[in-house]
Amino acid sequence: MNIVVCLKQTFDTETKISLNSDGKINEVGVTRAINPYDEFAVEEGLRLKEKFGGEVVIVSVGTEKVQESIRTALAMGADKGVLVQDPALEKADEWVVAEVLAKAISQLPYDIILAGRIAVDDQSAQVAVRVAEAMNLPSVSSILELQAEESKATATREIDGGTEIIEVPLPAVFTAQKGLNEPRYPNMMGIMKAKSKELKVMSLADLGFTEAPAPKTSEPVFSLPGSRKAGIKIQGEPADSVRELVRLLTEEAKVV
Amino acid sequence: MAKGIWVFIEHHNGLIRKVSLELLYQAKIIAETSGDPVIAVVLGKDISSVADTAGTYGADKVIMVDDEKLENYTTGAYTSVMNKLAREEEPQAILLGNTAVGKDLAPRLAHRLGGGMASDCTGMERDEKDYLRFTRPIYGGKAFSELTITSKPIVATIRPNTFPSGAPDPTHQAEMVKADAVIDGDDLRAIVKEVVLAASLRPELIEAEIIISGGRGMKGPENFALLEECADTIGAAVGASRAAVDAGWREQKFQVGQTGKTVSPTLYIACGISGAIQHVAGMGSSKVIVAINKDPDANIFTLADYGIVGDLFEIVPLLTEEFKKLKS
Ligand SMILES: Cc1cc2nc3c(=O)[nH]c(=O)nc-3n(C[C@H](O)[C@H](O)[C@H](O)COP(=O)(O)OP(=O)(O)OC[C@H]3O[C@@H](n4cnc5c(N)ncnc54)[C@H](O)[C@@H]3O)c2cc1C
Ligand SMILES: Nc1ncnc2c1ncn2[C@@H]1O[C@H](COP(=O)(O)O)[C@@H](O)[C@H]1O
Repeated sequence: MNIVVCLKQTFDTETKISLNSDGKINEVGVTRAINPYDEFAVEEGLRLKEKFGGEVVIVSVGTEKVQESIRTALAMGADKGVLVQDPALEKADEWVVAEVLAKAISQLPYDIILAGRIAVDDQSAQVAVRVAEAMNLPSVSSILELQAEESKATATREIDGGTEIIEVPLPAVFTAQKGLNEPRYPNMMGIMKAKSKELKVMSLADLGFTEAPAPKTSEPVFSLPGSRKAGIKIQGEPADSVRELVRLLTEEAKVV
Repeated sequence: MAKGIWVFIEHHNGLIRKVSLELLYQAKIIAETSGDPVIAVVLGKDISSVADTAGTYGADKVIMVDDEKLENYTTGAYTSVMNKLAREEEPQAILLGNTAVGKDLAPRLAHRLGGGMASDCTGMERDEKDYLRFTRPIYGGKAFSELTITSKPIVATIRPNTFPSGAPDPTHQAEMVKADAVIDGDDLRAIVKEVVLAASLRPELIEAEIIISGGRGMKGPENFALLEECADTIGAAVGASRAAVDAGWREQKFQVGQTGKTVSPTLYIACGISGAIQHVAGMGSSKVIVAINKDPDANIFTLADYGIVGDLFEIVPLLTEEFKKLKS
């Protein structure tokens, strides 16, 4: 069974966000990591491979820096990496990234495509579902469990207020929700092996694009939130403080 | 002829979800300046009363697609129907709630329509050039992105609790239109085998007006009963930090934060939660935040509107009593 995992590199979730003088998100000195949800996707891919055999290929669209995250996934046990890197993708939106990923994945063998439910940087939760659409494949979002067979798979998906069990024919796309599995850490041996695994860097032209797909969104304008100010710390005996809190909630904030 | 702003009406057991009503409300405000009709789109089986209700919340027109194949939401069937309708009617925008259904349907539909989309928006206003301008939190709420969609129709999902839901007007007359469910074969590939809805009398986390959450400070799963009792006096939902979920005290679906739910209630009460950046990512857009924590230096106090430094095992039962008095 051949698995493709869409992996995005994001900022570490502890990162303080600041803007450059040109209004762009400052990327200098930022620690990067695999998008947390994509770690679940990689882990699920490895488990499928352990059960059924086949290969796990990591596919990413991004800059040179992403190589490091792909190597981490290779160290976890993935077999190969493909990085689509092209200056023409600087202003890519979800439409563009999905079109490019779909083209890259189409050139690989695949039965199951795994991705994250959402990327914690742009928080779009669009790209993976768009890839499924671009490739005319069924998709199941936000999965907590995956049971694969030769030509079909059953996934448990999180919905508001419960779960849903969905059966799809393969190939299909699944997006990982927390709870799907516990991602493994790369061990020393994995890290050594990863160094010699294939990591192919491809341009848009290599993929067969004559020009980059055009974005469908305007260039975003970034801003930082006005920091929430610390409010009142209510002092006193517990019973008095609680009474005061409820008074403030009803009379001042008017939220209860 | 004006093209319209579409609101995808999500409903369950014959009731419209609150976020859909919030979208109808905001769509009407936009329509005041754009002059477009507000059109509610209702898919499902036996939906006439849902359609009527959408009308009373101010939709100028309701498009109904009533079909057995739409009884359960499936990505394919819903995308198929929405795509065909949108291609025929060419709306300016299609708005959906950022719910489990909205998050799954909107990107698929946007891609099939060949266009862009704005996800999980917390702001939406009229834009002269591109019709709508959206604001959305990124990096766990540590920054905001403002953008427009340059393709048509615009597709966007809006975070629940962003806009008020307005009040119904039973005298309002909406034009009712029925459409057929034309579904491509490929869009029927996924089969829903089972839907398991947890029996809960508490509101759904993402739509709750009030959330009371517990963290590692709760000490154990049994103590969440304290929060549940307090929550039930004021109709609140009960959330949890990742520490409480990873310890196995609460189910994953109750986790608030970067790797859990993003919530935006009117009131968020954090009990025994330190306020780690990844937790704040999921609740920082709450309107009023209350912190109950025994550590006066806990980070949660830097963003709480009201804080009590103290032992939650003492404070929470007192709070429950006060809420009970208030509601009696
Ligand atoms: C990639 C990534 C994603 C993450 N995603 C999330 C997420 O989605 N959601 C999330 O919550 N976290 C997330 N985290 C974890 C986050 O960093 C924190 O570890 C977590 O939020 C801590 O939970 P807590 O506040 O309950 O526990 P602690 O940080 O241990 O805080 C417990 C608090 O309880 C107080 N306390 C103890 N006893 C009492 C008492 N009797 N009365 C009153 N107060 C008391 C203590 O003073 C303390 O402040 C993520 C981390 C990473 C790296
Ligand atoms: N540039 C990218 N390269 C590879 N995969 C991506 C990329 N962007 C998004 N994805 C995948 O799509 C998921 C959702 O991303 P997003 O739509 O950006 O929230 C991620 O978890 C990844 O699995």
